[in-house]
Amino acid sequence: MSSFTASNSSLERSSSTMETRETIRIESASVRYRVPQEYIGTFKEYMILRIKGKIKHNTFWALKDVSLNVSRGEVFGLIGPNGAGKSTLLKLIARVLRPTEGRVLVKGKVAPLLEIGAGFHPELTGRENIYLNGSMLGFTRREMDEKFQEIVDFAELWDFIDAPLRTYSSGMWARLGFAVATDVDPQVLIVDEILSVGDEAFQRKSLARIQSFHDQGVTILLVSHNMGVIQTMCQRAAWLDHGRLKAIGDTKEVIEAYRQSQPE
Amino acid sequence: MPPTDEAIYDSARRSPPAIEELLEAFRYRDLITQLVRRDVLTRYKRSVLGIAWTLLNPLGMMLVLTLAFSQIFKFGAVPSYPAYVLSGLLAWNFFSQTTTAAMVNLVWGGGLLNRIYIPRASFALAAIGTGLVNNTLAIVPLLLVMWVTGVPVKLSIIFLPVSMLVLACFSLGVGLLISTIAVYFPDVAEMYQILLTAWMYLTPIIYPEEILPDAYRLLITNLNPVYHLVKLYRLPVYYGRFPSLSELWPALTITILVLMVGWWIFAKKSDEFVYRI
Repeated sequence: MSSFTASNSSLERSSSTMETRETIRIESASVRYRVPQEYIGTFKEYMILRIKGKIKHNTFWALKDVSLNVSRGEVFGLIGPNGAGKSTLLKLIARVLRPTEGRVLVKGKVAPLLEIGAGFHPELTGRENIYLNGSMLGFTRREMDEKFQEIVDFAELWDFIDAPLRTYSSGMWARLGFAVATDVDPQVLIVDEILSVGDEAFQRKSLARIQSFHDQGVTILLVSHNMGVIQTMCQRAAWLDHGRLKAIGDTKEVIEAYRQSQPE
Repeated sequence: MPPTDEAIYDSARRSPPAIEELLEAFRYRDLITQLVRRDVLTRYKRSVLGIAWTLLNPLGMMLVLTLAFSQIFKFGAVPSYPAYVLSGLLAWNFFSQTTTAAMVNLVWGGGLLNRIYIPRASFALAAIGTGLVNNTLAIVPLLLVMWVTGVPVKLSIIFLPVSMLVLACFSLGVGLLISTIAVYFPDVAEMYQILLTAWMYLTPIIYPEEILPDAYRLLITNLNPVYHLVKLYRLPVYYGRFPSLSELWPALTITILVLMVGWWIFAKKSDEFVYRI
């Protein structure tokens, strides 16, 4: 079942170049969260406990020894119960987190569709937010000038683009977020449970856009609890549980194994 | 679509964090501009007078302080108390507001760091940028007050941008340090406000340094770094002369030291922020 090859990281560490087809390579990556056993809110308390040597941490491995490779143009699914480490894995790839152990290699620009619209400001207009959000994704003002019209067209917000975002409905908010986040010509697209935003027509449009990214050879990482979506869109999938990789390989087989493990 | 950006991100390959953060901040300079824009635009967006508050705020403070203190203390030696207090306030407000904003933006706005990669120093840099915009605007009422109260504006005013820049670098250093601490101990945010109040009274802002007894005066001029920066700010405007070398070097030395230490510690710790915010 588990068809992944445990990569010998000590050997591969010497070469920082990746194979041509590879877009993402994760070598036995682990992420450790250290949570103090009790909440220490004040500096004074901390210093007292520190001096007494009484600060105890619960170490908790959000990811443990996960290795996987994703090739260019692949649509790769991530499944698993809540708290399995799926989002942590995406954060490693999106450069938000650095692995405690192991190594992460990513080729090209990553567009994270994590909780889209997160950087929006309600008092700014749609137009201002497009530029703000674009700059958060690493684009210059000039690059955003070129993208601007396309973003407005995709989000279908022509009449509202100069209104403050607080006047937008949640659907409009999500449409704008999706439009900005996907108009970035990424090499890697991270899609974390966003296919539930907007109305049905917009969902279809979003799926179509993801499909067209796939046609253009963009590598896509898809996280979803909807097995139907994973099944139809992904060639390969990985199943994570408690931070460990339970299975990786053909989507159908991985889903099958995952389902069997779930209590009815 | 041809792949245009083939840069490889490698979590194992690290340049020194301080340098990496510097390069990334430069690469994301448009983000910093956009954040400054956002802060300036949204601060007074819902108020009727809008951006005019940037000018009215220090004027109001000056008025209150002038009414409260000029009669009680009888600062005979100070020509135009309003201009004296306003020039000091502008420098102090810059310092206190930008360092607070750097900290608050990171701790409260830091949710963004959990979702996408942006250089962690962006928030502090944007706070400084916003402060610079506000401070530049506030020069207008200062000149107005000087003109009305008969303080001559001299050529030395061309040095003011340098003073502002030095103050900005110092505030950035302090802002980064206090942000780092606040990530680990949220209570520091509240404590810092009290500290700032005490700090302000330990700096000759609303009173002239001449009224201090000699012992305290030496303490303050030797141990309070902000004293030198406020002085550097006041010299080209209120005092109407260029700073002497002995007035310049303490301010510069402290600023370079604080900025380097602040940046270094912040960058070194910044990878851990995501785990804590």
